[in-house]
Amino acid sequence: MSISVSLMLLMQHTVTGDRAHVKPTNIGAPDYFHKVVDCQWACPAHTPVPEYIRLIAAGHYSDAYMINWRSNVFPGILGRVCDRPCEPACRRGRVDKEPVAICRLKRVCADLKDDIQDRLPRAPEKKNGKRIACVGAGPASLTVARDLVAIGYQVTVFDSGAAPGGMMRSQIPKFRLPDSVIDEECSYIIDLGVETHYNHWVGSLSEVLAEGWDAVFVGTGAPRGRDADIPGRLQAAAHIQIGIDWLANVAFGHTTSIAKRVIVLGGGNTAMDCCRSARRLGGEDVKVVVRSGFEEMKASPWEKEEAMHEGIPILNMLVPKEFVHDNGRLTGVLFEKVRAEYDSKGRRSLIATGEPDELMECDEVLVAIGQENAFPWIEKDIGLEFDKWGMPVLDPETLQSSLPKVFFGGDAALGPKNIITAAAQGHAAAISIDLFCRGKKLQERPPPMVNLVSQKMGIHEWSYDNQVSEEERKKVPVKALEKTLKDIKLELELGFDPFMACAEAERCLNCDIETVFTVKTCIECDACVDICPTECITFTRDGEEDDLRGRLKAPAKNTDQALYVSDALKTGRVMVKDENICLHCGMCAERCPTGAWDMQKFFLQCAEAGTEVRKT
Amino acid sequence: MTYLAKPKLLRADAPKNTLGYTRRDYEGAISTLCAGCGHDSISAAVVQACFDLDIEPHKVAKLSGIGCSSKTPDYFLGASHGFNTTHGRMPSVLTGAALANRDLIYMGVSGDGDSASIGIGQFAHAMRRGVNMTYIVENNGVYGLTKGQFSATADKGSKSKRGVVNNDTPIDLVALALQLGASYVARSFSGDKEQLIPLIKGALRHRGPAFIDVVSPCVTFNNHAGSTKSYDYVREHNDAVNRLDVILPRDQINTSYAPGELRRIVQHDGSILHLRKLDTDYDPSDRVGAMNHLQERHALGEIVTGLLYVDSSAEELHRHLNTVEKPLNQLGDAYLCPGSKALEALNAALR
Repeated sequence: MSISVSLMLLMQHTVTGDRAHVKPTNIGAPDYFHKVVDCQWACPAHTPVPEYIRLIAAGHYSDAYMINWRSNVFPGILGRVCDRPCEPACRRGRVDKEPVAICRLKRVCADLKDDIQDRLPRAPEKKNGKRIACVGAGPASLTVARDLVAIGYQVTVFDSGAAPGGMMRSQIPKFRLPDSVIDEECSYIIDLGVETHYNHWVGSLSEVLAEGWDAVFVGTGAPRGRDADIPGRLQAAAHIQIGIDWLANVAFGHTTSIAKRVIVLGGGNTAMDCCRSARRLGGEDVKVVVRSGFEEMKASPWEKEEAMHEGIPILNMLVPKEFVHDNGRLTGVLFEKVRAEYDSKGRRSLIATGEPDELMECDEVLVAIGQENAFPWIEKDIGLEFDKWGMPVLDPETLQSSLPKVFFGGDAALGPKNIITAAAQGHAAAISIDLFCRGKKLQERPPPMVNLVSQKMGIHEWSYDNQVSEEERKKVPVKALEKTLKDIKLELELGFDPFMACAEAERCLNCDIETVFTVKTCIECDACVDICPTECITFTRDGEEDDLRGRLKAPAKNTDQALYVSDALKTGRVMVKDENICLHCGMCAERCPTGAWDMQKFFLQCAEAGTEVRKT
Repeated sequence: MTYLAKPKLLRADAPKNTLGYTRRDYEGAISTLCAGCGHDSISAAVVQACFDLDIEPHKVAKLSGIGCSSKTPDYFLGASHGFNTTHGRMPSVLTGAALANRDLIYMGVSGDGDSASIGIGQFAHAMRRGVNMTYIVENNGVYGLTKGQFSATADKGSKSKRGVVNNDTPIDLVALALQLGASYVARSFSGDKEQLIPLIKGALRHRGPAFIDVVSPCVTFNNHAGSTKSYDYVREHNDAVNRLDVILPRDQINTSYAPGELRRIVQHDGSILHLRKLDTDYDPSDRVGAMNHLQERHALGEIVTGLLYVDSSAEELHRHLNTVEKPLNQLGDAYLCPGSKALEALNAALR
């Protein structure tokens, strides 16, 4: 059978001769349409974003929340502090000034939902007898616990803190993420029946292993802040603090004030949290000083904006050289002025400009120049391999370490990232642990659930709102600055109200409603080509992809975005659609006289632990 | 058709012409024709042609009669002048407008019913008078608005959707235009924009009556087996005599052709018509030859397309009537009312 098929293909190839052509797009492969849903593709946990945004527009907040909860576990938390890789990916950003406010819409469903307790899964009465230990109670561990408890595992979480949440509780300022939100979303998981041991410092992995767990998950984060090892560090130590440690002290109320003049070193999101917290604890002259340029800073653009909105200047291209002190009393920091130079490979080096060094006076310094992993509690002789950077050697897909029983996730696994990555890795680790405990191969992982269904309701009626909103991105209302700068626990953002949420949700282009083309019904009348507002459809002779991209009605320059190429049509031409700037408005399908174009909803949900691998 | 207006969102790299307009700026209201109507493709071709020629939309007047085709001027050039006349009367209204203001570009849009039935007299006289216009007939061979009866251009022997065979002899508007003195005559197909767009561009830059017959399938009533105006039939029987490129004086010519392959015609405004020959024996300056060729091919069931005839030295109505150079609305009082002495002199001349 397969031989005759390949023979036929071979013959076809000879018949078509030496004419260059690309393979018709295989829209049956789940990744093809998944990639068109840019936000979902960019989300590490592959949250079905357009689906929950439509539910928000319809006022179905609890349904929207549950879609999020299943994928990313902490919708209320992530709706406030997510790193939002989805937003730079959002298609709207390619045809409009700004992308959809996906992150803040997520908060809306958390804020406006009803009681969802009865929608949560219930752990089976009868356990499967497997016991799992999770070290750390941060987002990765809690995700593992949720996924495994729900399918009958007994999961025990250990954490040195007094409450669950990990860095979400200890490092993120309360004015961005109130404790009440963390408490609520952690309790949804703990209340499923997770055994917890708080205020419990795990000092030895070998001791944990000796307790006979069926698997151990390590989700201990990246707990060590990098230090600035420059002259004066030791002498002025009393006035220099490591950013994440200081943030934890602030979060737990141990630190309640700071000096008037503060310099924050570093350009990441931790630096932004430090400077904004310092402003609220009495810092009057707070500034952020960064080695790199403004654009290259690691902090998210919106976090930089928020810091500047609070009157905090960000000074760039300055490398700290010395902590200047007067007998141990810090008086300032000396900076060398630099400029960036790039070599032929695009690597950056910072070159001194030769201008005189700049002394900035200050009373206190917060060092937020990076975080490191630390595993002092893992013995080096128990067979768990570490690489030369001190990171555990892992299979990046299964997250299994060289000790088969031990799995990693979150910042502890592949280095510091963010909460949404931790949740995604938690899901992956839970699948691995489940497969491991059932004695199955970890590489044979359950596939995602995928569905593709026509949205046609009538001649010009679709089950989604295909009118493209032309409104601009809505800004989240905030409390008055005078008030919020006085109370470090007062949440700054108010969140969208239902009307703003609906207007913002309507900006979503519904990229999951896919344009599906059927060759055999097309009569090549050009109606779709003529109506497409962004000119993304072309009927042309076949060719190699690069050649095709240049020959389209509007050249397809974004090579990250696929071309949808059909089989040969009656005239021998092919239909080529550039997915890059399709508005998913459905006009091609409305104009098609034969229904060769149809709008079909693509829904993909990642597998969870316990999903069976399909037999092929 | 669709109920929704096209969203205004544009791709960031949408091309602009030298006036700074995008193609979208040449569009009109959303079409209410049937989905897949050939007429919408013709509208899109007009949009592209005007964009390419850097035409200022307010310098165009688009006039039409009644019918599906005559609705289309609403769907392109939304910022141009428009006049939807009574059935078949577009040519006379257009003639009047052209006489009053010769500075505008006149585009008459009509259909096979509007021009070959009720308005055939008007069509004939606009052609023979030499009105400076682009006359586009969107020809689908049926009366779409009244549910698909044969029109006067339906071929003898072709079948209606219900299976009725047409026994009447068709009117070939191209043949009539040639006979009546049109100085730019072309035929094209709505499903072949590569051919159609340059033909419209050439017509818009032509001085004198330019006629384009565009076969435009009616997807609802005339796109079945047995029809001679369906997408499939026209594609199978399309016999193109040449391919046109319109070169503006500002454009650089980069292509080269072997001798005999290309015919170069300079129009009065300096634009150049590059005709790539597909039929080596075909001569687009030979009016009688063109008429014969059409008849021969039609007898074989072929549809001859391309630029069939062009006379770039032809004169037009204003010259024939020796009218004033300026549009009437720009003539001052002194010019329009030269005073009693002038009147007396005129009267004296007539005594």
